[in-house]
Amino acid sequence: MTADDLRRAITRIAHEIIEHNHGLEHVALVGLQTGGVPLARRLAATLAEIEGSEVPVGTLDVAFYRDDIGLRPVLPEAVTDIPFDITGLTVVLVDDVLFTGRTVRAALNALNDYGRARAIQLAVMVDRGHRELPMRPDYVGKNLPTRRDEMVDVSEEGVVIGDIRDTDPRGRA
Amino acid sequence: MAEGELVIRGGEVVDATGRRRADVLVRDGVVVEVGQGLDARRVLDADGCVVAPGLVDLHTHLREPGREEAETVETGARAAALGGYTAVVAMPNTEPAIDSAGVVRQVLEAGARSCCDVRVAGAITVDRAGTRLAPMAEMAELGVRIFTDDGRGVQDARLMRRALEYASALGVVLAQHCEDEALAAGGHMHEGEWSSRLGIPGIPSEAEELMVMRDIALARLTGARVHFQHLSTAGSVAMVGAAKAQGLPITAEATPHHFTLTAAEVASYDPVFKVNPPLRTPADVAAVREGLAAGVFDAIATDHAPHAQEAKEAPFDEAPPGMLGLETALSLALTELDLPIEQVLALCSWQPARVAGLNGQHGGPVTEGFPANLCVIDTAATWVVEPERLASRSRNTPYGGRKLTGRVRHTLLRGEPVVADGVAQR
Amino acid sequence: MKHLLSIADLGAEGIEEVLRVSDSFVEVSERAIPKVPTLRGKTVVSLFYEESTRTRLSFETAARRLSADVMNFSVGTSSVKKGESLKDTVETIEAMGIDAIVVRHSSAGVPWQLADWVDASVINAGDGWHEHPTQALLDCYTIRQRRGSLDGLRIAIVGDIKHSRVARSDVLAFTALGADVTLVAPPTLLPPSLEGWPVEVSHDFDGVLPKVDVVYLLRMQQERQTEALLPSLREYTARYGLTTRRAHLLQDDALVMHPGPMNRGVEIAAEVADLPSALITKQVANGVAVRMAVLFLLLGSGGDLG
Repeated sequence: MTADDLRRAITRIAHEIIEHNHGLEHVALVGLQTGGVPLARRLAATLAEIEGSEVPVGTLDVAFYRDDIGLRPVLPEAVTDIPFDITGLTVVLVDDVLFTGRTVRAALNALNDYGRARAIQLAVMVDRGHRELPMRPDYVGKNLPTRRDEMVDVSEEGVVIGDIRDTDPRGRA
Repeated sequence: MAEGELVIRGGEVVDATGRRRADVLVRDGVVVEVGQGLDARRVLDADGCVVAPGLVDLHTHLREPGREEAETVETGARAAALGGYTAVVAMPNTEPAIDSAGVVRQVLEAGARSCCDVRVAGAITVDRAGTRLAPMAEMAELGVRIFTDDGRGVQDARLMRRALEYASALGVVLAQHCEDEALAAGGHMHEGEWSSRLGIPGIPSEAEELMVMRDIALARLTGARVHFQHLSTAGSVAMVGAAKAQGLPITAEATPHHFTLTAAEVASYDPVFKVNPPLRTPADVAAVREGLAAGVFDAIATDHAPHAQEAKEAPFDEAPPGMLGLETALSLALTELDLPIEQVLALCSWQPARVAGLNGQHGGPVTEGFPANLCVIDTAATWVVEPERLASRSRNTPYGGRKLTGRVRHTLLRGEPVVADGVAQR
Repeated sequence: MKHLLSIADLGAEGIEEVLRVSDSFVEVSERAIPKVPTLRGKTVVSLFYEESTRTRLSFETAARRLSADVMNFSVGTSSVKKGESLKDTVETIEAMGIDAIVVRHSSAGVPWQLADWVDASVINAGDGWHEHPTQALLDCYTIRQRRGSLDGLRIAIVGDIKHSRVARSDVLAFTALGADVTLVAPPTLLPPSLEGWPVEVSHDFDGVLPKVDVVYLLRMQQERQTEALLPSLREYTARYGLTTRRAHLLQDDALVMHPGPMNRGVEIAAEVADLPSALITKQVANGVAVRMAVLFLLLGSGGDLG
């Protein structure tokens, strides 16, 4: 995907979120560290442009909730910051790449400790397949079939598929 | 125990009179001939080896009576024989202390059956408590020649003076474990850079040096002989050197751990490195080595101090002080000190024999008519210290894994090979 | 590395990593449900041969907030039997299947001995006069919270340095992070040798106070008086106590710290302890987060500490 493809996908996802939830009341975004955070911010900005209302944005690091603890080094990359009560809200989790689904599962467990959301939805820029858990996204930028050993990198400049270098549990560069 | 006839063949005889290539013929517990081409029914091979008078240890803890789980007279004597020792002086800090004829007799009897000539040091004070003189004459009558409260020093200067005066009439020597208890109180290692870093209460050098200074003065005052045990500081070495230069009747011993190990070893917090007096600084170790080379020290003594494994696995400040020494002393001296073999043997054999009043029986010379208390040393053999394979009942050696050069091949006690080819015969 | 025995084992990088991860655990502790599942199924044992409710509870809270199971073997509960050797006690505990031992003992070196005897991770919660690494870590964290970085800060540590494991760990940690440390104490309360310690020494408390960014006070124990180390506690307070008068000598933004528990009126005046610049309660609060970080890094992350 090019940078323009990215921009168009964000706009499309924003419209889908508004449509699906009949407006933005009771909607909040939570970006997953690290790739989901800039995306969540861009999404929030786009939602504000379209509907004219500010959506609360939080960030979530799931290091402490991963199910592969003890197998490989997993340190938190940033401090979780959810400055609002999620109880009764529809939380849209935002991540850049959906792969095995374990990160999303960890995020669901984490959110549980912050309150009881009314609903949780998932927005990802890229779904690269190879699910190991029954997780499915509500909003997808692009479906990109990949080999297991390939790497997917999402940045401002676009989406790139490359060869594996180090082992990253989230299958990203 | 006389054992027919045997010949020690092919070695180089080294004793106080010099060194020469010769075979040594032994019969009925005595050396009968030293010469060339000798033969007998039993041959002990000494090819490439030094044949010397057996070693004499002025300072060994045999733990019997009272602490037999750590060592007994029998197991300690075996360890001694494997280390080349034909005589050891057993320290009196047993339970009960060796402060009367009865306990002296008990230890001598246990020793009579063992593979080393076990002599006994009697306590200077009753129960080593430092308040009343022990019956030294009664013990001297049984052959005790050295008295010490070792484990402790005699704290009271007036009592020590009386003891020296009394002893001078008996022809015995008082040996002192120099430690001023008020200064040393609460300490578990040398006080200095390492104790500050490791957070362990320290024992300053002055705790030893104050008593050395005092007893040199008392020796001057009373004219009595004083033997200083396990001196560990540069200051002590200097004072003893000066006192000897003035002709005072003073002798001194140093242990192998005080010429090889420093306080830095304690950084591991392993209580195997806990000892009294403690391991000190590199400057102190250098001073002890120089003292050995220059003749300030008369003897190397082991201060062999066995402790059961559980005791040495306690927290550092709760563990008892002390290290094994009998089986490694000679090898350490040969490996670590840069001294000719005659000087090493002087320090390990005939000089301590003289201090203990055993010259005539131990320490040689290796000559016709002299009792056959000998050791044969393979000076080129290398070996690695394995705590599990030592003959001592205990395992607390700080030298586990260390590679040493020089090993005892045979040891003869009154003509009997108690150690042959490195193996204890009983 | 699988143990935390000494600050020296961590180095500047290791310390920074603990502090960084502690930020995340501060956030966890501020939630309504201050708990994460990270150490679920792991067992942490507190083995306290020296009574210390605060430190022990701090560690146990940290372990529980990580969803670990906690066992308490401590002198107070009489499960530490008299006469049973340390080694036997520890081997018995390990046989029950545990992952970490948090140990406090009055003898220096015990954590090192334990590390030799067991497979579990060993965390030093204070060994005699020697070290108290987690205290130093939470002290660094507290200073960093207020000042951003310790690099170039001037810190005075005041009091019974000789007998203080907190002082030894703090000296190592503060200097590793670039601070300048001055020890202030009467000569009888300094270690026999400061060879190799990267510190200055002063006996002039008043002279030091205006120049420092942090003054760290150590607890002055009654017993020191009886050991002939001090003529009286009054004399100590007169020369080395942070009285109200002395507190005015401090710079406006200087911080006052103490490892607790305080002897109000001895090393610190009661009013001074309640000033906003006194961070004692913050230190305690941070203690849980920092200990969570340590437990997480040793048992949960699978990574290397330091």
